[in-house]
Amino acid sequence: MAITPDRQDLVGLEVVAGNGLLDRRAFLRSGAAVAGTVMGYTFVRPAAAAPLAEDPWSLGPGGLSRPYQQRSRFEEKIVRTLSNPNGEPRTSHARTPHHLINGTITPNGLHFTIVHSGTPDIDPDKHRLVIHGLVKQPLVFTLDTLARYPMVSRFSFVECGGNSAPMFSKEPIQASVQALHGLVSCSEWTGVRLSTLLDETGIDPKAKWIVAEGADSLALSRSVPVKKALDDAMIALYQNGERLMPGNGYPMRLLLPGYEGNMNVKFLRRLKLVEQPAMSYYETRTYSQILPNGKAFRFYFLQEVKSFITHPSPGLALRGPGFYEISGIAYSGNGRISKVMVSADGGRSWGEAALQAPVLSKAFTRFRMPWRWDGGPALLQSRAWDEGGNVQPTRAQFVAERGETRNIPPVLGFPNQHYNSLTSWAVDGKGEVKHVYA
Amino acid sequence: MFTPKPGHAFVLLVALGSGAAFAEGPNLGRPIDPADIAAWDISILPDGTGLPPGGGTPAQGERIFAQKCAMCHGERGKGGVAAAVVGGGPIDRIEATKTIANFWGYSTTVFDFIRRAMPWQQPRSLTDNEVYALTAYILAENKLIGENDSMNAETLPKVRMPNRDGFIIRFPDKI
Repeated sequence: MAITPDRQDLVGLEVVAGNGLLDRRAFLRSGAAVAGTVMGYTFVRPAAAAPLAEDPWSLGPGGLSRPYQQRSRFEEKIVRTLSNPNGEPRTSHARTPHHLINGTITPNGLHFTIVHSGTPDIDPDKHRLVIHGLVKQPLVFTLDTLARYPMVSRFSFVECGGNSAPMFSKEPIQASVQALHGLVSCSEWTGVRLSTLLDETGIDPKAKWIVAEGADSLALSRSVPVKKALDDAMIALYQNGERLMPGNGYPMRLLLPGYEGNMNVKFLRRLKLVEQPAMSYYETRTYSQILPNGKAFRFYFLQEVKSFITHPSPGLALRGPGFYEISGIAYSGNGRISKVMVSADGGRSWGEAALQAPVLSKAFTRFRMPWRWDGGPALLQSRAWDEGGNVQPTRAQFVAERGETRNIPPVLGFPNQHYNSLTSWAVDGKGEVKHVYA
Repeated sequence: MFTPKPGHAFVLLVALGSGAAFAEGPNLGRPIDPADIAAWDISILPDGTGLPPGGGTPAQGERIFAQKCAMCHGERGKGGVAAAVVGGGPIDRIEATKTIANFWGYSTTVFDFIRRAMPWQQPRSLTDNEVYALTAYILAENKLIGENDSMNAETLPKVRMPNRDGFIIRFPDKI
């Protein structure tokens, strides 16, 4: 039967999956009133609002403009959580509060950071980047000289290989999306393509790897395939338009879009082209992950396709039945997100979420799904696909391959690496959201 | 999305043409003699490339360890506020603690990490002989070398670590 244009509109506005998931176009194409009518119910209109009156801030001139503006004092509690606030001699993690922000770009002050021996206080005028080893001509670059090169900008997420590590726990750990998934953020990075600089040094054909090293006290180093360096690697100088934040690598970092955060070496001061990987501490120990058979993955590199719901999530309780937008972020080190499906009944039925344009390769994609919560128990999940056809594994699939812990690890622990399976939020009759496995 | 469209070949040619025109680049990098990079060039490869002259024994390393390392890594490296560098259980679970003895694939990584990163408060303050001695001490305490074996550029890369073959390259096509 041929579907007339009118009929098509009606189909598009229907409930698409169990427990009240609505078609993703319902509120993009028409008003809520229309959608409500077509779906056969209306959202209950709240009680009448109180009479409006002038507020004190409207009845006099406002405050001063600052040279570098600060956010509202009412927003000061929107902060990163710190794993090592007193700077003890160990790694410090600061996690992004994904449930308290929106969109796809992480504000610089909230971008996650991990520093393994504190944040160095680098004088940009004295910082040097040297490229040497298997090159025709070793070269030294200053920040000033790099600033004169042709630049490129791109959006890219950076994710710690250990992000979501609490999800390896055999029992679901009760924690916010910040604690579970706060070691990933997304920025617009601007800088010089590494291939531009390698054109100038020349590359000895024997070179297969580049050992990247930072100017921090550990001289943190990682081996990067020349293949990646010539593909889309960048010496990043700017983060969302301003110079890099100190914790994100000021004054320059290696940006390897889609690759494990630790490889995106911060405070970058040296690139040495070599024939074999260095087998550095961080690549052969920390970011090599143990498998259930006792072997370990080495050179994982990729942050694979992943998504999680940020709204609602633990700590963001629902306030009564009615309309809510389920939203979250999806990303893949393999390229663009092609599809995100959302379930409100623990995976029994799925509806396709709207992807907020632009959908960019190796960057956050915001997904949105209209939802009418009926006030009963619901089990929210998201599942992402990328343009390479890769799909986020179900938890059962993931655990079968990668295993789970024997005991319940601490929430700040890193029992394993590279978790990219589903996250499930259970909503109870009071609207409270809990982390569950489903 | 991947359907070829007329005009792509032309665009590619133009891109190649313009690339060739600018192949010289801004040329603002300053040449440097490899000898002048020496102070920074601390890269060690697993075959021993880059290891400096010198050497050290476990006995020499024991004294240095007690003086400069034990306050964090514990007496005889058994662990303190920083991780143990001696011992380690079986890799029998995905969250097993990775140690030099049970996990590290290459002995050169021990030398490399001590030299670049330790001691915590004063990295790169140890002499190469001290780093060799500490490496020898830690390897001997882990029973990976004999207690009188000296470590130097010749002997260190030959130390075979128990978990050398315990690794799988995740994405070989990315290398």
